[in-house]
Amino acid sequence: MSMKHQTPLLDELEKGTFPSFVKEIKRAAEHSDYAQDLLGLLELSYKEKVTHWKHGGIVGVRGYGAGVIGRYSDIPDQFPGVAHFHTVRVNQPSGFFYTTKALREICEVWDKYGSGLTNMHGSTGDIILLGTKTENLEPIFAELSSKGWDLGGSGSAVRTPSCCLGAARCEWANIDSMSITNEITQHYQDEMHRPAFPYKFKFKVAGCAVDCIASIARADMSIIGTWKGDIRIDQGEVKNYAQNGMDIQKEIVDMCPTECISWDGSEFKIDNDDCNRCMHCIAKMTKALRPGTEKGATILLGSKAPIVTGALMSWVIVPFMKMEPPYTELFELVDKIWEWWDEYGKNRERIGELIERLSFTTFLKEVGLEPQPAMVKEPRRDPFFFWSEEDIEK
Amino acid sequence: MEKEELKKIIYQLVEKSTGKKKLKQSDILKKVAADQGLEKSEVKAALRELMDAGELIFTYFGGSFVEIPPKE
Repeated sequence: MSMKHQTPLLDELEKGTFPSFVKEIKRAAEHSDYAQDLLGLLELSYKEKVTHWKHGGIVGVRGYGAGVIGRYSDIPDQFPGVAHFHTVRVNQPSGFFYTTKALREICEVWDKYGSGLTNMHGSTGDIILLGTKTENLEPIFAELSSKGWDLGGSGSAVRTPSCCLGAARCEWANIDSMSITNEITQHYQDEMHRPAFPYKFKFKVAGCAVDCIASIARADMSIIGTWKGDIRIDQGEVKNYAQNGMDIQKEIVDMCPTECISWDGSEFKIDNDDCNRCMHCIAKMTKALRPGTEKGATILLGSKAPIVTGALMSWVIVPFMKMEPPYTELFELVDKIWEWWDEYGKNRERIGELIERLSFTTFLKEVGLEPQPAMVKEPRRDPFFFWSEEDIEK
Repeated sequence: MEKEELKKIIYQLVEKSTGKKKLKQSDILKKVAADQGLEKSEVKAALRELMDAGELIFTYFGGSFVEIPPKE
């Protein structure tokens, strides 16, 4: 198929050594009208420096209020191929593991009903299928469902939970992040498909504090694997690292954020009471150091990207929680948090923003969590010691 | 209360709000549960049946809302 539109500005983005999205859209345009007109629309946007997309509205599959994001061109007569260009979110498997057969299934459905363009993966984690018409949504859903796939979250709902590779590929996972993610996904199916909240709610599960999934910056609830007790040290292996050229003082001791490590050339010591379990030393000396044996997770709340208001990082709400099936303690906590958010949250207010507005103190009281030193987010910001009227003797 | 009656109450609430205020699912659950002295879970189950039947739909306009589908 020859190119329908001239794209001199987009052509510039094909130059250079990096992969180019323009090249990929042009490949798709060889057999897709969607992609042909997508190139034309995008070229026009670059020329006019204005977007020609509208989003939202009334699109979806029956019974679900999430999983499809309506997208329309504001100049459909000029670019009929992208008059509708809806996005379909498909729930990815935990840890992003696929067989080649599974990927082929997805691609076949998408070549049949959509533009053939995908994002692997969206920032929440879903498989993103880019560009289809309203009348194709039900057939897409039916075919994907028949092959065992389901739609992910969108709108004011639980977004598709995601996690790191966890114990499947990483020896330092303190929790089974893939199992937890799967359990959360199954447990909150209704909340994921039928938007019931003031705004979105994201779960991300990281096996350890290295946080490969960046949960601390991107999830309303970050579940990060950790441990209780002392870091296990193999002094012989520490010496091997030193003998093999590692500058332990510079690379490990001086990099410890709580300055709890010492090394005199023969013995490596950690003051575990001061350790904040950041994993830096363990990740650098994998043969010499191992986490303690009592494993669990730290639960944090409230991070988000800057959409309505500024970016927030997650805040510790439970320093240590055992993470064992059926995860009852976690689900009970989540339900309490949602109840409070549902009661007081304004439209499009994330849980972190609600805490900022009504105070962390109020949040702790309402959810029934005891204030603890580990909750102090930053110096001079420790509002956890408070007195109510009844505490004061008059 | 019979489920059909409850569904009717929910539908009428959404219908009455049309053009005035967009209702979120939680608005419906709170209002109907309080007015009828029911558990939110009962209201939710009835609302879900309305959704599954296509009598009400979710829409997205800067937030997710429950609305009556437009007439073709």
